[in-house]
Amino acid sequence: MGINSKPVLFAVVSALVILIGTVVTVFVPLFMPSTQPVSAYVKPYTAIEQEGRDIYMREGCNNCHTQTVRPLRTEVLRYGEYSKAEEFAWDRPFLWGSRRTGPDLNRVGGKYPDSWHYKHMQSPQSMFALSNMPPYAWLAANRLDTSISFKKCSILGYGYTEEQVKEQIAAYKEKVTSPGYDSKETRELVTPIALRGELTEMDAIVAYLQKLGRDVKSMEAKQ
Amino acid sequence: MKNTGYDYSIVRGFAFSALLWLIVGLAIGLWIAFEMFNPALNITPWLSFGRLRVVHTNGLGVGFGMSGIFATAYYMLQRLTRTPLPFPRLAKAHLYVFNIAIAAAAVSLMAGMNTTKEYAELEWPLDIGVVIMWVMFAINVFAILIRRQEKQMYISLWYLVAMTVTIAVLYIVNNLAIPVSLTKSYSIYAGANDANVEWWYGHNIVGFIFTVPVLAMFYYFLPKATGLPIYSHRLSIVSFWSLIFAYLWTGAHHLMLTPLPEWIQTVAIAFSIFLIAPSWGSVVNGYYTLQGNWDQMRSNYLTKFFIIGITFYGLQTLQGPLQGLRTLNAFFHYTDWVVGHVHMGTMGWVTMIISASFYYMIPKISGRELYSIRLANIHFWLILVGQLAWTITMWIGGIQQGAMWKATNPDGSLMYSFLDALTSLYPYYRMRFAAGVVYFIGILIFAWNLVQTTRQEPSTAEA
Repeated sequence: MGINSKPVLFAVVSALVILIGTVVTVFVPLFMPSTQPVSAYVKPYTAIEQEGRDIYMREGCNNCHTQTVRPLRTEVLRYGEYSKAEEFAWDRPFLWGSRRTGPDLNRVGGKYPDSWHYKHMQSPQSMFALSNMPPYAWLAANRLDTSISFKKCSILGYGYTEEQVKEQIAAYKEKVTSPGYDSKETRELVTPIALRGELTEMDAIVAYLQKLGRDVKSMEAKQ
Repeated sequence: MKNTGYDYSIVRGFAFSALLWLIVGLAIGLWIAFEMFNPALNITPWLSFGRLRVVHTNGLGVGFGMSGIFATAYYMLQRLTRTPLPFPRLAKAHLYVFNIAIAAAAVSLMAGMNTTKEYAELEWPLDIGVVIMWVMFAINVFAILIRRQEKQMYISLWYLVAMTVTIAVLYIVNNLAIPVSLTKSYSIYAGANDANVEWWYGHNIVGFIFTVPVLAMFYYFLPKATGLPIYSHRLSIVSFWSLIFAYLWTGAHHLMLTPLPEWIQTVAIAFSIFLIAPSWGSVVNGYYTLQGNWDQMRSNYLTKFFIIGITFYGLQTLQGPLQGLRTLNAFFHYTDWVVGHVHMGTMGWVTMIISASFYYMIPKISGRELYSIRLANIHFWLILVGQLAWTITMWIGGIQQGAMWKATNPDGSLMYSFLDALTSLYPYYRMRFAAGVVYFIGILIFAWNLVQTTRQEPSTAEA
């Protein structure tokens, strides 16, 4: 075969051969509506939820938790309504995961009160003695850095003004530090005294977990 | 043999880098395997499972796998073209950049700089470093091929060319992101599209690191080690082109039953099944090469590495497409079965072939005999037994987990909580850890054997 003595031609032909499947199954779908449906019900993350999502990514939570419920009977029984493409319209990157050492989290929002998450994040073993999840107590000892929250939200195209981002941060801080917060006791139990009046990384990741699947649940409630 | 001006120092440099990262990556693997049944080892954020798992996958896939590939590629390129390396100083710089990048990658991942896209977890400054490193390699690849003294390019060179081109495309497309800060960026793709791009990458980066260049080694070092020519040139041509054509269609079998459009999943299943043919083309070619010389499995310590290695490749390429089928995928996906599948490929096929290639190559380039064939045999049996115990344990665990997730009571409710299914796996996780220790000992013997080989007095038969 002549091509075996022409390395440059060989490289070009190889590139074309690998690009055929790539174009059909990856590049073309990028521009098809079916891979990027939108729904008025699915709202972008707030600045705090986004910070929580970034902590979820930093800690590699996706290595053990998936975020897609498959349309299988037992799976819907276990986790709730199966996942639809429009739910992930704002997800950059996607966090569907590939392995369930821990349970799927796509419908975890609203399933438990915040206090459950504070306690569980601090020490999963205190709630489930045999759980193999790493404890994340130290997240409550880290003050949440919101210095680039606005930049993040604008790069992600959430459409918030700088004022709105500041308001979201202030509102969430108000919520978790107010005396009327329903998970106040547990939050204060896991948070060092010095940080009880501040937002911590733990607050943000709890906010993020509570967002997961909430839009779909509220849509179902309205129907 | 006269001095041909081949640059072997670069080969040696990458080979010993591979050994270093292999040991580091496996040690981390053992650490996280222990964390799976005893979370007490999550001592600090840096050592927590979520961060360490990516150090393990990147450290072995890239640190060990790629440096093993670079070592053998620099060797095969020079030998198969009968041409000295065109830019030895560029290659030396490549070696340094590579090792610095791997060390920086490990530190950055432990620090939590993680894009979460599997096997593409590095943040954007390191991605740029990886691209530069790849160009440094590619310049030597194409320069040596253009200057070559041997008219025809041998099979192994086809695979190396395909790897060089494809990895560049995969890596750049999947890692496109918008930086927010020096340590953080967001993918330019969203949701289902991001998933589709990632698993097109994830599947094929595995293919073009763990299959394509390892086949290059297989096609070169098997005939060298056995003294037997490859059975069929025509079969190798057909296998090569159909393999690289079909591979790129199959990424979505990692996204079965997710919100990705169904047609992309179905196309991926079809091409996955098709892929059995070119994969087994190489397996059959390997087996037939040994026709009439099967006694070498006993008499030649290298032959069994290659033949058992290609056997695991054959099993891997049967198991993979079957797992892609919707019904089987619904059962096996997200369980430890898939973890077992991956490790048969890496611990069986990839490591066996790289081991045997090093055993052939290192004595040749250092002008010394192998320190101990006996130790090489012990290494073989330890990694074989360790790998089998490891993967079979995970397959059984995976089946149990899948079954427990699906089990229902007569009234239709779920029979087991998630935690029931998880905790029932701990005996398997302990067994897996033990199997990993056996494997690790085998690898330590491998490394020791090669280090001792280069420390001996040179033999009279100068290479």
